[in-house]
Amino acid sequence: MSEAIRLKTPLADADVEKLQAGDKVFLNGVIYTGRDAAHKRLFDLLKEGKPLPIDIKGQVIYYVGPAPAKPGQAIGSAGPTTSGRMDIYSPKLMEIGLKGMIGKGMRKKEVVEAMKKYKAVYFAATGGAGALLAKAIKKAQIVAYEDLGPEAITRLEVEDFPVIVVNDTQGNDLYQQGMAKYAR
Amino acid sequence: MREINAKQITEVVKKLCIDANLFLGEDVLAAFDRGEKTEESPVGKEIFQQLKENARIAREEKVAMCQDTGLAVIFVELGQEVHVVGGDFNAAIHEGVRQGYQEGYLRKSSCHCFTRANTKDNTPAIIYLEMVPGDRMKITVAPKGGGSENMSMVNMLSPSDGIEGIKNRVVEWVKQAGSNPCPPVVVGVGIGGTFEQTALIAKKALLRPLGQKNPDPQLAALEEELLTRINNLGIGPQGLGGRITALAVHVEMIPCHIASFPMAVNINCHAHRHKEAEI
Repeated sequence: MSEAIRLKTPLADADVEKLQAGDKVFLNGVIYTGRDAAHKRLFDLLKEGKPLPIDIKGQVIYYVGPAPAKPGQAIGSAGPTTSGRMDIYSPKLMEIGLKGMIGKGMRKKEVVEAMKKYKAVYFAATGGAGALLAKAIKKAQIVAYEDLGPEAITRLEVEDFPVIVVNDTQGNDLYQQGMAKYAR
Repeated sequence: MREINAKQITEVVKKLCIDANLFLGEDVLAAFDRGEKTEESPVGKEIFQQLKENARIAREEKVAMCQDTGLAVIFVELGQEVHVVGGDFNAAIHEGVRQGYQEGYLRKSSCHCFTRANTKDNTPAIIYLEMVPGDRMKITVAPKGGGSENMSMVNMLSPSDGIEGIKNRVVEWVKQAGSNPCPPVVVGVGIGGTFEQTALIAKKALLRPLGQKNPDPQLAALEEELLTRINNLGIGPQGLGGRITALAVHVEMIPCHIASFPMAVNINCHAHRHKEAEI
């Protein structure tokens, strides 16, 4: 496996355009959590033309609903959830400037196309490795929708958060490439 | 009659909820070791290393191995000579879940279907009760994550589909699930019974020690063949390509109606969690 590329958020077009499916990336800076219920609320606000509680431009959304933090922890276990459930919301968020999504599992064709069109990438974090991934999260603060419990939008400060590029801005797909390489 | 106090049931369920989410079984850890050695994909090998490290952190720091600490699926084998005293049996189990998920810093993942409002204590538990001979009570807690559960299915096949129909359906299903259920997965297959029972035996198949074969040689051979075919798909750890997509396939079968051929697939992720205790 190649050496990891270190990236600091927020991301610019130039940051994501150089990424290729299969690249190992260490993310640094601020990322935001968001999963099913939070995405629905963001989407509803956009439909109504109202402002969002976070500035999406250049940002990375991590599809995660963390476990509660124990005393002394920044956050509880925090691995990715299945991204496909966010597919209906993602193209719209990329249109307004979202540059990265972190999750696990396949994305729909429309989402992959939107990544090409709006210059964004999809990263996979290791599903089920929530205890390990939480180590890379140094601070966590709820910024919206606290009533949603684990589905609230939380601002995370991450250091060398390990991900792999699955879908890049050229339309490549690591899941398809990987499977084609090892199928028999 | 032997009396068991409801409070004791609550205590046991609470401990099992916590232990199941923190301490991955030796059978699964051994499968990670084997996977790390035999996986040909470098990324896949690295995933196995991460899973081992993740299990170590969870065990040593006493945190959930995965943030999705699941709905609490609970199997109770109740000896017919047991008399539950001092409270409501079902309420005692729900209370155990409530306390376990709170005190264990486990995520509460249960919500209203329409409003999606979280029930905030991970109840209700999902309880399956079976009466058995004797004066003991065996409780198994199997927290079930949503990602892998979503990649499960029941299919009412036609008797003419035969065993080949089962094989093809299982392999196609795991293929289309791809990276979604967090491979390497454990595949539970139920064959026979009725619509709901085939799903239940598929789920119960997941409780077997990892890789322990079905005692029926025909079903053991089916498990072996399905595992080979699934691993030949090339999906690999986390779907990033590799030789190990499933750690095991467990098949359970019971007779079915002469008109029917039901089957079910229940997928578990590598956080293959279940703990049991006897009172």
